[in-house]
Amino acid sequence: MADCSQAGSGRHSMDKSITLPPDEIFRNLENAKRFAIDIGGSLTKLAYYSTVQHKVAKVRSFDHTAKEVDGDPLYEISVQEEITARLHFIKFENAYIETCLDFIKDHLVNTETKVIKATGGGAYKFKELIEKKLKLKVDKEDEMSCLIKGCNFVLKNIPHEAFVYAKHADSEFRFQNTHPDIFPYLLINIGSGVSIVKVESEDKFERIGGSSIGGGTFWGLGALLTKTKRFDELLQLASRGQHTSVDMLVKDIYGGAYGSLGLTGDLIASSFGKSATTDKEFSKEDMAKSLLHMISNDIGQLACLYARLHNLTRVYFGGFFIRGHPVTMHTITYSINFFTKGEVQALFLRHEGYLGAIGAFLKGAEEDNPNQYSWGENYAGSSGLMSVSPDLNPMQRVRSGTFDMLEMDRLERQLVNLPLLQDPSSYIPDTVDLTEDALARQYWLYCFEEALDGVVNRAVASQPDLPQAVERAEKFRQKYLHKLQTLRHQPFAYGSLTVRSLLDTREHCLNEFNFPDPYSKIKQKENDVALRYFQKVVRSLEKLPWEQRQFALVKGLLAGNVFDWDRPWLIDCYDQWVERLKGPPHKCALFFVDNSGIDIILGVFPFVRELLCRGTEVVLASNSGPALNDVTNSELQILTERIAAMDSVIQAAIKEDRLTLVQSGSSSPCLDLSRLDKALAVVVRERHTDLVVIEGMGRAIHTNYYAALSCESLKLAVIKNSWLAERLGGKIFSVVFKYEVPPQSPGLRR
Amino acid sequence: MASLFRYFQPRHLLCATGVVLAAAGTAYLVQRLSKRVELQEVPREPEEPTKPCTSPSPAGHTAEPPRLNKPPFPWFGMDIGGTLAKLVYFEPKDITTEEEQEETENLRNIRSCLTSNVAYGSTGIRDVHLEMKGLELCGRMGNLHFIRFPTQDLPAFLRMTRDKQFSRLHKTLCATGGGAYKFEADFQTIAGLQLVKLDELDCVIRGALYMNSSGPSECFYLENPTHPEQCFLKPYPLENPYPFLLVNIGSGVSILAVHSRDNFKRVSGTSLGGGTFLGLCCLLTGCSTFEEALEMASRGESTQVDKLVRDIYGGDYERFGLPGWIVASSFGNMIYKEQRDSVSKEDLARAALVTVTNNIGSISRMCALNENIERVVFVGNFLRGNMLSMKLLAYSMEYWSAGRLKALFLQHEGYFGAVGSLLELLKSS
Repeated sequence: MADCSQAGSGRHSMDKSITLPPDEIFRNLENAKRFAIDIGGSLTKLAYYSTVQHKVAKVRSFDHTAKEVDGDPLYEISVQEEITARLHFIKFENAYIETCLDFIKDHLVNTETKVIKATGGGAYKFKELIEKKLKLKVDKEDEMSCLIKGCNFVLKNIPHEAFVYAKHADSEFRFQNTHPDIFPYLLINIGSGVSIVKVESEDKFERIGGSSIGGGTFWGLGALLTKTKRFDELLQLASRGQHTSVDMLVKDIYGGAYGSLGLTGDLIASSFGKSATTDKEFSKEDMAKSLLHMISNDIGQLACLYARLHNLTRVYFGGFFIRGHPVTMHTITYSINFFTKGEVQALFLRHEGYLGAIGAFLKGAEEDNPNQYSWGENYAGSSGLMSVSPDLNPMQRVRSGTFDMLEMDRLERQLVNLPLLQDPSSYIPDTVDLTEDALARQYWLYCFEEALDGVVNRAVASQPDLPQAVERAEKFRQKYLHKLQTLRHQPFAYGSLTVRSLLDTREHCLNEFNFPDPYSKIKQKENDVALRYFQKVVRSLEKLPWEQRQFALVKGLLAGNVFDWDRPWLIDCYDQWVERLKGPPHKCALFFVDNSGIDIILGVFPFVRELLCRGTEVVLASNSGPALNDVTNSELQILTERIAAMDSVIQAAIKEDRLTLVQSGSSSPCLDLSRLDKALAVVVRERHTDLVVIEGMGRAIHTNYYAALSCESLKLAVIKNSWLAERLGGKIFSVVFKYEVPPQSPGLRR
Repeated sequence: MASLFRYFQPRHLLCATGVVLAAAGTAYLVQRLSKRVELQEVPREPEEPTKPCTSPSPAGHTAEPPRLNKPPFPWFGMDIGGTLAKLVYFEPKDITTEEEQEETENLRNIRSCLTSNVAYGSTGIRDVHLEMKGLELCGRMGNLHFIRFPTQDLPAFLRMTRDKQFSRLHKTLCATGGGAYKFEADFQTIAGLQLVKLDELDCVIRGALYMNSSGPSECFYLENPTHPEQCFLKPYPLENPYPFLLVNIGSGVSILAVHSRDNFKRVSGTSLGGGTFLGLCCLLTGCSTFEEALEMASRGESTQVDKLVRDIYGGDYERFGLPGWIVASSFGNMIYKEQRDSVSKEDLARAALVTVTNNIGSISRMCALNENIERVVFVGNFLRGNMLSMKLLAYSMEYWSAGRLKALFLQHEGYFGAVGSLLELLKSS
């Protein structure tokens, strides 16, 4: 079944002495709109939906038609307040429930809701307390339905939600890519007992089976055998034990292996079989271990039998037996591997503990249509995997006051796959998985830590007139430093650790302390300067003969004439590209742009202009929100207007709708082609896009270096980091010019 | 020798058996007991002319020396499992005066010792109720005896074999089970016997098929398993048995899909078997024998120990059609100290029995579905005198498959491996 309902009844003497650090937990409570609670055997999970007011950078064009004054900035930058929606999830020990309810009551000011959705075995038990404290009516929701709803939600919205556990591998956690289609799957919930649920769609699921041998059996039988009361302690006993002294193995019966059946000698023939024939005392550890194996193997076997019968290969495990316990994840994984000979992998979820609360919340929020939006995990506000795991942090025992948190931002735009991915299910944005590559991990963690002072200084400098910029920047530093330290010890905390996730975490932390766009002024200045040279650059390019012009355009894209251009470059497909240009024009090019200033104005626009002149339509995709000095969609709109005013080719293209600006849906210096603005995907499809250009280190090297597209693609970057350049076999400022043609594309048939 | 083979029948065993019989007091048991009485009264049948064991020699052809076709007495088949060693012994009842005169002293000794006792040493038992009388085997008429003793007492058995000078009669002994491999050297050094090691699953299947065809009511089932009051045993004529799932519950469990006499495979198994039940009972209640554990279980109540669906949901879990009385978590109530303190040993034994049995039922059912097989035959010594488990298995097969699957049982529960190895002796000679 589900969670143990009244685990250790009578143990919940309320501890009111603790004080909660309000800065950190129950954030944005004053704006909380809607609540849900999931009370399990030992943990309470609270969910609420709130709005967050935070600063955003806005740009607004001046009216330039009246007069052109030298020295006036190109556009106006302002910082405005914006309200966005955020989902908060908090997990804490049941012992704190009364304290927490009091805290919520004291801070709840703006809510209009009259009900709180509740699920979990303890919902009934605490019903009166909740109703009395919060003056909200408790509305009970079915546990399993909540679980499934929550599971669908995290699988769809959180990249790297699911992982495979491999105890002895270099990285114990191997995260899975978000599969575009999450259905069908099997969810094995191991609470007191076991429920086996087949999920076929958002609304269709069925409990196809179960077993009474589950977490309650381990706990109950374990307590009888070892006189150890707590579940966690039993698991720790088990992790120290030797099951072979209690279990009867195949070799105890056969003297060795049972060769003709392929049963090895170490296989358990009879769990607890030796305690039936041997008159001796068994150690607590050994009995606990034997029990753990017995139960894990049994569940694994049943899971496999059900998976086979229903022809399912994706099997997720959850419930308190699994939750954050490497010991049980290991034994379950072992069992699944044994029984399916590796055909089925046991999958676990990073936010497994929150599924019930998320589901209950979603049930209550159906009128807000939460499933119509895309959501993103906020790295700044979330605790990360195993933040309170007793196995990893043995000192953090009960009542440590450890609160685990998950925050999810509602994204403005719905995110979908780029329709031009060759195989969306196998697409991995990131080039290097730092969870697996220890050397790269050490380097990048060091690198980001080294760069932190610079980021802090720039943040302060970006807000000379705003209050407490120094203090806020200092808080940002502490927060990000803490994240880096966490990641050093638990690289798996937020899914696969990548350069992208390190960059994104930094952006989330900056936003958290109201530094929405530290580069805004720098970008403004650089754009302004670059614009002045635009016409001159275009004129000089036009004078060049065709071949030379193509090379100059590519140089422009690769950040001007700063670098050593000796060919061959580190990756050099330039000749193939020029050959291609001699052929028929592309129908439509999708261009993921990178930096502001010279890069966009003197590199991208001349290149785009040439494509337009060839008769190729162009879609320029830029970030929805700020990230480093990347040009944002709103900045690009102003720049394009200004360039159009100077250049008839661009102007005509805009008028004729041959040049389109779209936003990517992202606010990252990197690029995840599986999470792009839906409108972008529509345009790409409508225009029959047959060329994708990806520019810059973040988008073309750290991510998408190996991305396989179904049309021609250009991946361009100068490697401005000597360590990375060396890794790729080059030197600093090496050039990557990767032109790829998929098998059987029109480009090849030419 | 004398100490091991002295007539001994522990009192508690008689009681225990009596209670088990009483607990399982159904029409079937009466039937089984009356059958035994009836069979006992059958007069010795006249001797039949000896027939060769292998294919009959064509008329006129010089008969081969009989000993080539037929192994010399005594005829044994053995199955040495993880917990129990099983021995079947064919006692010829058609011995001619001539034979009797030729018969060696030790052969006569072995026969009379085995057949005049029902218990050997402190742990060896002859299951008298299973004895098959008037059986024709390989052209000889006689009784088949079923004997068991704990595998850990095998050394005593080997010494007895040595003392009885078994090796003068036979240099080899057909044996199956893991012990045939594990103790092969001991057989050689202690008893001077060369083991003919036979595959366990092969023997179980051959033994089961043979017994099914030899006795009219070897196979039976439980009628109305979902209604305990109207539940009774009925013979099941398993004439065309294929395909069937054979679930052999010994210390552990093996699950075989049998499509014909020679076409079968082990599809699964579980380590939660009879050894688990007994092992847990020993640890939880301090008992030491299977009979003791079973007897305690028969007096206990598992609903105190297990957490039922209704303990969690107050009643049925309607969303998924789970009735309130279904076990949600085996031993799930034992997470509470107060309940641990108030539970009885009998309750714990019962819960262990129910847990292991239901799990075997569940895995067997899934295997049957995956293999697309409807008849599930449960055998193995876990079911010996274990009407509770048989009822649970019959119930769970019927209930969870809505009547599509049928649980079948065989009277000689745990002896098929030994029978199979005896058959092999007769075949190979």
